[in-house]
Amino acid sequence: MNYFELFKLPQTFGLDVATLESNYRKIQSESHPDRFVAASSAEKLASMQTATLANEAYLTLKSAGLRAAYLLSLQGIVAIDEKNNQMPADFLMQQMDWREEIEDAENAHDVSTLENLLAEIEIAGKNLQESLKSQFQNNHLSEATESARKLIFMDKVRADILKSIEKLD
Amino acid sequence: MALLQISEPGQSAAPHQHKLAVGIDLGTTNSLVATVRSGLSSVLIDDDGHALLPSVVRYLPNGDVEVGYAAQAAQSQDAANTIISAKRFMGRGLKDIDVSLQPYHFVDNNDEMLQIETRAGIKSPVEISAEILKALKNRAEKSLGGELVGAVITVPAYFDDAQRQATKDAARLAGLNVLRLLNEPTAAAVAYGLDNAAEGTYVIYDLGGGTFDISILRLSKGVFEVLATNGDSALGGDDFDRRIFCWILEQSKCKPVNAQDTRLLLTKAREAKEWLTDHASAQITSILSTGEVVNVSLSTKQFNELTQTLVAKTLNPTKKALRDASLNIEDIKGVVLVGGATRMPQIRLAVADFFKQSPLTNLDPDKIVALGAAIQANTLAGNKSGADLLLLDVIPLSLGLETMGGLVEKIIPRNATLPIARAQEFTTFKDGQTAMSIHVLQGERELVTDCRSLARFELRGIPPMVAGAARIRVTFTVDADGLLSVSAREIASNVEANIAVKPSYGLSEEQILAMLKSGFSAAEADKQARALAEAKVDAESLLEAIKNALKQDADLLNNQEKQQIKAKIDALEGNIHAGAGNASSDAIIKATEALNAATEDFAARRMDASVSRALAGKNLDSLEI
Repeated sequence: MNYFELFKLPQTFGLDVATLESNYRKIQSESHPDRFVAASSAEKLASMQTATLANEAYLTLKSAGLRAAYLLSLQGIVAIDEKNNQMPADFLMQQMDWREEIEDAENAHDVSTLENLLAEIEIAGKNLQESLKSQFQNNHLSEATESARKLIFMDKVRADILKSIEKLD
Repeated sequence: MALLQISEPGQSAAPHQHKLAVGIDLGTTNSLVATVRSGLSSVLIDDDGHALLPSVVRYLPNGDVEVGYAAQAAQSQDAANTIISAKRFMGRGLKDIDVSLQPYHFVDNNDEMLQIETRAGIKSPVEISAEILKALKNRAEKSLGGELVGAVITVPAYFDDAQRQATKDAARLAGLNVLRLLNEPTAAAVAYGLDNAAEGTYVIYDLGGGTFDISILRLSKGVFEVLATNGDSALGGDDFDRRIFCWILEQSKCKPVNAQDTRLLLTKAREAKEWLTDHASAQITSILSTGEVVNVSLSTKQFNELTQTLVAKTLNPTKKALRDASLNIEDIKGVVLVGGATRMPQIRLAVADFFKQSPLTNLDPDKIVALGAAIQANTLAGNKSGADLLLLDVIPLSLGLETMGGLVEKIIPRNATLPIARAQEFTTFKDGQTAMSIHVLQGERELVTDCRSLARFELRGIPPMVAGAARIRVTFTVDADGLLSVSAREIASNVEANIAVKPSYGLSEEQILAMLKSGFSAAEADKQARALAEAKVDAESLLEAIKNALKQDADLLNNQEKQQIKAKIDALEGNIHAGAGNASSDAIIKATEALNAATEDFAARRMDASVSRALAGKNLDSLEI
């Protein structure tokens, strides 16, 4: 059973987050280990397996980047591969710019620049998600792979910015 | 072995019998026990009418152990044998503790959990905490008139695996069945949320005696979802006392004081702190053992200045938690204060200032955690309550593995919802290699030396192959108590690798068994009788559960499968009803395990069916047809 089937959701990129959340809670209501404290070890095992799967699936589908990579993996495409991370040159340039900006802002103890950068990346991420919707709809999988990689890279940049802000606090 | 039902061997509990379950707040300074009676959660009091039990344990010259107020009263005259704040030492080594202000004789255990030498022998913090739990268990059983089915014990959300395991071990030593370890702020949210029918996103700001926790929860329709948690497991009300203590020494120009006077002045400091909650200044007077007289006056303003860095220290974890949850202060509907230390006006002001709203204080900050834990204990014990609440809690600190160059590779990120499992593949780097060691760490930093070592695992029994050919899949599972377990399998040969766990700061199984043994002096025959009775209770409850399951969901099995299960049921019943003298606990346990194993597939199918049923119905329109 794949993650979409688990949540009884159509296997598409543009999923309905509210239904994902509500179905996630319904599954946890049935399967969470708290419901099986006094149960047999066989039932505890089934509970643990289902609750764990639901958490992993929820985490994956909730994040746009991971969701895209997961959809691609269902088509046999490995989006995140340590050995093959080809990116278009302009995106690599963009990435280097971001990293430089983070470093400069961190050295200058400039939290507001870091916060602005976060907002900028947020917007870029939203745009990429729109592209991904149509790329998946039109089955343009190699383009979708590139977008998925970009999104996941941007998540990493976002995490780095948060780390820098934490350091400056 | 868990006693999950109160009933005589051979008799199953009546279906609607109320099971006695309690919530225990095992605090740094004070502990409490609460239970749900007639639908209401209430704290159980002792014979003298006290709700709080000071978390103080004294080992007396005559071999007795005193817990609570009596022990607290003796703390300055018998400081070395009277342990306060043992919670601060749980799962910790000597190098983690500031020993300068502690009157104890610590035993350095190299890199293991520290111990304290008392007149009753060398004691681990786990054994000391177990004494507090025993006192609460006795209070509850006396007051409720029966044996407890189990307890929910609260821990600071920011406790790491070693601290959680130590807490669970303490419960085991106290003879308590732990239904769940529950994070203190989550327990507080349950008590607050259910009391106020709250919906929305709430912050729980929990400053206890020794720990600070911040948790952000989303409450909606009975589901309590922890979005992020953060904190400082070495910051609490005690630190405010210490600031006053140092100030007293400075003001009265005392020489360095001995253990007894340290304890005396720390007590005076705590009293002054509490006094300043609703007074403008506090007079601190005391005569030290040296004859020196201390007489100083501390104003609110001075106290605020002394402690402003401590107050500020709570705001960094707060900001981090908000960021982890991707929330702004405008998204927060309310801030609930928990822990006696939040009575300090400077804390309330700082919280109100930061969140731009007055904190919620309509539940007693000392009791709210125990009250919430009792509500959850009642639910977990199977006493149906009106509200079918569900708690989705998170792991507070990332879990990682040591890699080349002393770096940590994260495998489970902080704030991931529990339970969670992640697998990682390893390979051998030498021909014929049959073992490898794995080092598990907890923390957010990149270097091994900056994270907390949880355990080193030795994987053995890897089939010999050429270097790089073996594929060992190691699965790390963190359960709903926030505790880690590890399993490993070589994929090509499907061989299960053995794992020898050496918890870095925990107690080994042997140590716990030795402690349990020294606690029980029951004769061998008694033990066997007890083991048999427990095995029968377990077997009976399993039989009842499986018979019910078969009644409900027999259609999930084919005839052959039904017969297989039936055969195991018959075998187990045969073992239970073997004539007196022939019944053996080992045989019953084996037959119980066999029945369990035979029903694993059935249990998995029932789980799938119940999930499908839950998702069907209400939102059919969103299904892909």
